[in-house]
Amino acid sequence: MSITIEGVSKRFGAFTAIDRLSLEIASGELVALLGPSGSGKTTLLRIIAGLEQPDEGRVLFTGRDQTGVSAKDRGVGFVFQHYALFRHMTVAENVAFGLRVRPRATRPPASEIRTRVEHLLKMVHLEWAGDRFPHQLSGGQRQRVALARALAVEPKVLLLDEPFGALDAKVRAELRRWLRDLHDATGVTTVFVTHDQEEALEVADRVVIINRGRIEQAGTPDEVYAHPANAFVHQFLGTVNVFRGRVQGGSLIVGEGDITVVRPHDIAIARARDERHPLAARVRQCGIAGALVRVDLALDDGRRAEALITHQRARELALQPGEAVWIGFDEFRTYAAPSPVAEPEYII
Amino acid sequence: MRVLPGFGLSLGITLAWLGVIVLLPLAAMCAKALGLSWDELWRVWSEPRVLAALQLSLLAAALAAAINLITGLLLAWVLVRYRFPGRQLADALVDLPFALPTAVAGIALTALYAKTGWYGEPLAGLGISVAFTPLAVVVALTFVTLPFVVRTVQPVIEALPVEIEEAAASLGASRWQTFRRVILPELIPALATGFALAFARGLGEFGSVVFVSGNIPLKTEILPVVIIGKLDQYRIQEATAVALLMLVLSFIMLTVIGLLQRWAQRRAA
Repeated sequence: MSITIEGVSKRFGAFTAIDRLSLEIASGELVALLGPSGSGKTTLLRIIAGLEQPDEGRVLFTGRDQTGVSAKDRGVGFVFQHYALFRHMTVAENVAFGLRVRPRATRPPASEIRTRVEHLLKMVHLEWAGDRFPHQLSGGQRQRVALARALAVEPKVLLLDEPFGALDAKVRAELRRWLRDLHDATGVTTVFVTHDQEEALEVADRVVIINRGRIEQAGTPDEVYAHPANAFVHQFLGTVNVFRGRVQGGSLIVGEGDITVVRPHDIAIARARDERHPLAARVRQCGIAGALVRVDLALDDGRRAEALITHQRARELALQPGEAVWIGFDEFRTYAAPSPVAEPEYII
Repeated sequence: MRVLPGFGLSLGITLAWLGVIVLLPLAAMCAKALGLSWDELWRVWSEPRVLAALQLSLLAAALAAAINLITGLLLAWVLVRYRFPGRQLADALVDLPFALPTAVAGIALTALYAKTGWYGEPLAGLGISVAFTPLAVVVALTFVTLPFVVRTVQPVIEALPVEIEEAAASLGASRWQTFRRVILPELIPALATGFALAFARGLGEFGSVVFVSGNIPLKTEILPVVIIGKLDQYRIQEATAVALLMLVLSFIMLTVIGLLQRWAQRRAA
């Protein structure tokens, strides 16, 4: 089922959470709503679910206006950040809830409910946990129960609000991949909210970057990562160095207006000055950052920058804190200010 | 961790104090009552007046607690979930029946429900008399035990995450189904505790009942009034026998409340 959002606005008192936002989500798509906290992404998700009413605009499911249709009747599955499981019910009872509350005419017989619950629990790899209570499970397991519960009613749309936000890093990574697989298996139109760019880029077919209640950019992970529409998007899709000024012919010209954004792995470091490495810098610190090595740099005037280089390159350079080096930007983008950019982390 | 010095000393003082203030009077009463033989005890307990009073006390307390179970839940829900002008005043009013001297409550209720009172007159027109009937006992106990259910349920409602209601709604549950299947089971331990507290308080209540009930033997007389009646006739041993009966009831209620609270805590864990 496709989702159309048409000029939706939502205000809470003086605060505008969503500002005349329009978005089209195709049937079967897996879309991430990505944005900082307070950007309105969760409000948008809740409006789609019918848990919140927009002040203006409307939401359509496959062309059908959902204004005035309550959450109960929208046929959406909603997964909450903190699971929202019914703690006095067993796992199986939780999953069966949506089927058991159906009116008698559409309620499947008890035996079929049991089979469906078993099937769903198997799908989320919790077939052993049917008789347990939620408090006997770990966070990741609880969230999988919540997912099974939402899927039990065979929703036309699956909405997830920061589904992995409360879990630790390793479980998150696991569940991300698993969500992708699940989506590929069921084909349900899925929208999830996250503030984690890695999660959005890794899992989604399409990433919608939201800021201050508006869409900054929407596109495939490749598109938004390779061609950020503005400095905000660029900055939000991973750690970056932000410089005020413009790089021209390999050298940086300090200026007021423009904003140059450089990703840490696009900073090249060399011992000697050449045209690829025209800027003088000093090494402040080196540290291992997983597959890469992170180098904290101080530029001539004391401003800081962060570079990521390979372990091999790090061994070749054998950098020591305090040493003088030369750096250059392999790739960068310059945006005209003013742009909705937060205060730059690093400024020249 | 021992913050206070002299653990032995402080423990000694605590136990001695509890002994002098609580245990000794109870023990003295028990000793007095047990001065009677089993047969004599049984004879006092099975006096028609005592039995009638026991029945009235139990029934009226149970009925009052049951009324407060429903109205108390409603009050607690409204006070937690809605914001309206005067909410804090309403919240403070809940404690009033408990804080008010019970004799004051009794006089107020008598004035209200007497044949010429604000409630009594229209009710009399309908052929219902409250004052000086068993109904008066129920009314007085309902008034006095109002805060118990409200105050035990209120914090539990406050702690209920709104998301579980939203989750139920998104799964297709109606408002009634959400209440019945999701919210009510979460509240049951607190409701049970509130009910038991109200019931226990209702059993022992005296001041608010005596004026409005009229204390008619075999009809509107409650157990504490029976005790006073026996004391007035210098039948001290018989009075203590009835008191022992009430003490036993209190202990049963205390045990029940304790068990309920343990159950609630286990559920919340």
